[in-house]
Order: sequence, then structure tokens, then C-alpha cells
Amino acid sequence: MELCDLSAVEVRDLLLEKKVSAVEVLDACQTRIDAVDGRAGTLDPGPETEEDAQRVHAFITRTPELARAQAEAVDKKIAAGEDPGPLAGIPFTVKDIFCVKDTPSTAASRILANFNAPYTATAVERLQAAGALMLGKVNLDEFTYGSSSESSAFQPSPRNPWDTSRVPGGSSGGSAASVAAGEAFLSLGTDTAGSIRQPAAFCGVVGLKPTYGRVSRYGLIAFGSSLDCPGPLARSAKDAALMLGAMAGADPRDATAATLDVPNYLAALEKEVKGKRIGLSPDYFQITFPQADGAYSQQPVPEEMRAAVLQAAEIYRALGAEIIEDVPMPNTRYGIPVYFVISRVEAASNLHRYDGVKYGYRTQQAVGELKDLYRKSRGEGFGLQPKLRILMGMYVSAAQYSEQYYRRALRVRTLIRRDFEEAFDPQGKYRLDALLTPTTPTSAFPIKDVYGDSVLMQYADQLTVPANHAGVPGISLPAGFGADGLPIGLQLLGPDYSEATLLQLTHAYEQASAGAEWRAKRPTVLEVH
Amino acid sequence: MSEKEQAITPEVFDHLVQLAALELDEKQAEYLRRELNSQLSAVRELEAIQLDPDTPLASHGVPYDEHNSPALRVDEWQACADVDAITRQAPQFEDGYLIVPDIPHTTLE
Repeated sequence: MELCDLSAVEVRDLLLEKKVSAVEVLDACQTRIDAVDGRAGTLDPGPETEEDAQRVHAFITRTPELARAQAEAVDKKIAAGEDPGPLAGIPFTVKDIFCVKDTPSTAASRILANFNAPYTATAVERLQAAGALMLGKVNLDEFTYGSSSESSAFQPSPRNPWDTSRVPGGSSGGSAASVAAGEAFLSLGTDTAGSIRQPAAFCGVVGLKPTYGRVSRYGLIAFGSSLDCPGPLARSAKDAALMLGAMAGADPRDATAATLDVPNYLAALEKEVKGKRIGLSPDYFQITFPQADGAYSQQPVPEEMRAAVLQAAEIYRALGAEIIEDVPMPNTRYGIPVYFVISRVEAASNLHRYDGVKYGYRTQQAVGELKDLYRKSRGEGFGLQPKLRILMGMYVSAAQYSEQYYRRALRVRTLIRRDFEEAFDPQGKYRLDALLTPTTPTSAFPIKDVYGDSVLMQYADQLTVPANHAGVPGISLPAGFGADGLPIGLQLLGPDYSEATLLQLTHAYEQASAGAEWRAKRPTVLEVH
Repeated sequence: MSEKEQAITPEVFDHLVQLAALELDEKQAEYLRRELNSQLSAVRELEAIQLDPDTPLASHGVPYDEHNSPALRVDEWQACADVDAITRQAPQFEDGYLIVPDIPHTTLE
């Protein structure tokens, strides 16, 4: 095992014991990136090569000089006996939807390809202040609009380290792929409908969507402002806990960042599972799929997904948890239709700022007047997925359709929230500490299989999106492999601000399954290169 | 889905494109209109729900109150530390102005 394959906590301890230096840790990650990542995404990639098809392509921008300067600063602090911070010397990647001062902050879109952020997002600033080393910005679906990372304007788009013919999921696909491939210990992602949890499940890593407002959105290029949640991707609950603790908390620059104290997530990991009430819901064992004729069918989740959930429930039961079956979550199936409305209205609103005037892309064509400049700049700068969201958002929020679509969706969102409130109510019938579900309806699908079908692609998020509507936290954790050899993810959902419990339950599952054969498997891309 | 069942007709679509300030080629327009109609078909699932008219609108999931919300900050002007870092992002900036083409206007009578 190489240095970059250890956990962040192990590396931090080695650093503090002066057994390795931050520069050595950084070099190990850079060597891994050089070996497996291939070329970074660009706007003009040319034809895809055979070599491209076998690489990860997590990055859009690498920042080796910045990372080295940060590593040297950490080593100096350690040598001087100063506290280097809780994430000292830990290399991490940043989804390129966060602004980082003086680095390209592209949102994987042509319209922001030339944008150098004049300030740094709070979450990134806090990770750097904690001593973490930023390796660069990683690829995603354009403006986060997708579930496969294929819609990025920067190609080649990321590939799944377990099988490079498969997508890594999305939109935080570069984040999940970089962590799974050992290029980075941690990655900062965002989750609007499942964009941390779904790629985490596809790539066999841990991904945590915190409670809405637990982590500041300042400096995050907005998609759905009432849904977006920054959060960690890591290879273990312990590493995710370490990262979340460093970046959560109130922020005077984001009025929606909760002012609640940040718990010691690492300390909470060791608490007992005994007495926890973990629910299973039949509504999370059903999935909806659009058919070719436009109809929608309900079908059971694949048997191996169901079996993974039930096996995990047995593990928790053996640890002393109480498993509560048949918890009704009847509005789960409406998560995607509601999302089609709410997220589009918010996206359309947020995308109006891109006009070719203040920053970002401006058409090079001759234009007669201002409106022509807007139309051409936006027409050339946005890819298909942002355009689709703008048009849909404008339609469903138009005065004559708002009651039928937007206001109705906001009411159904209330019903989705109530499902969770009833399941987690401490005085209620179920009194759950967490709900245990599959994370995704399928494992990672082949590249190009779904891309283009915007409805089918959206339904990849059907088990994760209800948590975004409700604002509650959710975590995806690896639970073995399916018959196709690809990772399967479990999801734990909890009440508002219960991240400590979700991390604790994830840690307990990791400990209980530590000896399982599947835990020894390594991503295919590491065997090849 | 037949042309008749589609909510987004070519006329509605063209109007939306104008409002959205987008310029599209024919292939893009065809794809986008098809996908919009497919998405609306998914949204129609919501029509099956019997909604109590008193069901409140949820503009966000997590409730905010005095326990988790910051106090309103004082409305104070603060100087930007690096104005140049912002203005140099503009595609065209001269003598302290963002430069744009002619702005259409109508003279009020």
C-alpha cells in the first residue's frame, strides 16, 4: 500500500509523529495522479484516444505550486512545534463549482471558462486554514446539471476508477473518482439532488450531504439555492468526520448557514450503536422508471441492492440497534417530479446573471445591440443542460402556469418534509435515529448509455433527492459489489443536524465489515497502471 | 407523445427562448423542446396527489428560527479590498465603465 492509499487520519498521525512530511504525502498523490488520471478536461479536447478510455480524468485544473507551498508551510509549522491544524498535510480536491481565489472557477461550463475567482469559498478557506493541501479543481456536470459528469464542457469527462467504461456518477464525479483512485484523500463536493451520495455509491467511497445550512454556501456557484449542500467525499467515515468538522458552522457571509455549534464528529464515532432505532421503508425498495412510451412503471429495486440493505440491517441489529420495518415514506416517489419544477425555477433564476457583460464568456460575433449580445453569449456559452433548465424553470414559474406547477411542487415538498418529520419524531410512532435505504437504483451505468435522456438521467437520483427537499442529512457508504463487479452504496438518512449519528453508524458498519473479502478489492485503474 | 399532447408547442418554445435570451440552432431547439415535453410529462405525476388547500408552500426544507439563524447584521457599507480583481473579469472594461453595445431604448412621450 502506498502513502496515498492510507486514510487521512492515518496520514495526519504519521505527519504529527514526524514519520513523513507533508511534501512526501503531496508527492505520493501527485505521482498517483500522473499515473492514472490522464489529461485534464479542456474545451477543445480533440478526438478521444484509447489511452483516454483507460484513465480517470478527474481534473480540470491542477494547482501543484499552490499545493507545494501549502505543504512546505505545514512542514515548517510541524518542525517549529506549532499546531499545523486538524487537516495538516492532507491533499484534497475541490469540485470546480467552488470559487477559489486566483484559480479558474469554471463550473465545467464554457461560459465561465475564463473566470478567475476574486475570492475563496468559505468551505475551501476553512479546509486550507485547517492545513489541507489543495491539489486542484475537479470535473463535474456543467453547473452540476447531471448525474454522470458527462455534460461537462471540459472533456474528457471523468470515468469510474472501478471500470473506466462506466460513469463515476455526478455531478461530483471528479470528486468521487479522485478519492476512489487514491489521487486525493478528501474531496469537497456539492449535493443538490444526490450529487455527493450517488457518485460516492458509484465509486465505492463515503459521501455525506450535510443538513441544509450546516456548511456555508458562500463562494459556491449556485444551482438550486434552497437545495445546494456542500459536503465531504472520503474513503471512510472517520475521514469524512474530520473534514466536516473543519468546514461546518456559522458564516457571517451566508445567512442560511446555521448558527448551531459544530459537534466533535470524530469523538462521536466511538459511541455505541446499541439502542439506536434504524428504519426500513418499503417506499425506498420501489423505484420508478420512465418507459419508452412515456408511461412510468414502478418496480422493485434490484435484488442485490435490497440484499445489501437487509444485510446491513442485520449487522446493525447484531450491534444492538433496533430495526423498525415498514416505515411509510409515501411521498418518496414524487421527489423527482417536484425536483423537475423547483430546481429548474431556482436554476433559471441563478443563470440569468450570465450575460457576457460583467464576467465570463462574451460572443466574438458582431452584435448590433445589447439583447443580441445576451442571446449570442448565452447561446454559445451554455451547453444543452443549462439551457434546458433555464427554459423549464421559466415555463413552470410563468404567471399562467405557476399555480399548476411551481406552487403545487412547493406544497408537495411540504408533504415530503412531513414524511421525514413523522419518521424521526422523538415522540412519534417510529422515533427513528436513521432510515436505511439503497443509495441508487442501479450501479454505475456505461458511458453514453443514459446521457441525452434528461428524464431517465434525473431518475438516477430518485432515492437521494427527497433528503434535499426535506433538508435532512444523508450519507452514502460502500456496501460491497454487485454481480457486475461495481460498487453498491447504502444510504443513511437522519433528522436535521444528525450528521454525528450518521457518521457513527457508518463507522460502526465499516468496523463490523472490516474483514469482509470485498474490502480488500482495489479499483481496476490501480491494477492497470 | 403526440404533437397534440405536447404542452410546449413550437410557438410556446420560441417565446420561451426569447424570454430566456438564448440563441439556438435547429438541432438544439429540437432536442430541448422534446426534453421539455418529456420532463413535463414526469411533472404531471404531481396532479394525482390530493392536496389539502391548506398545505403550506415549502420554500426550503429545514425550518429556521432564533436557534439556528444568525441575527440580521448591521447594514453597513464595506470597501472591497480589491476592486481590480472584479473589474478585470469583465470582457470589456474601460475608464471605469463596463462596455456594452447599443442599449435599445424607447423615447417616452
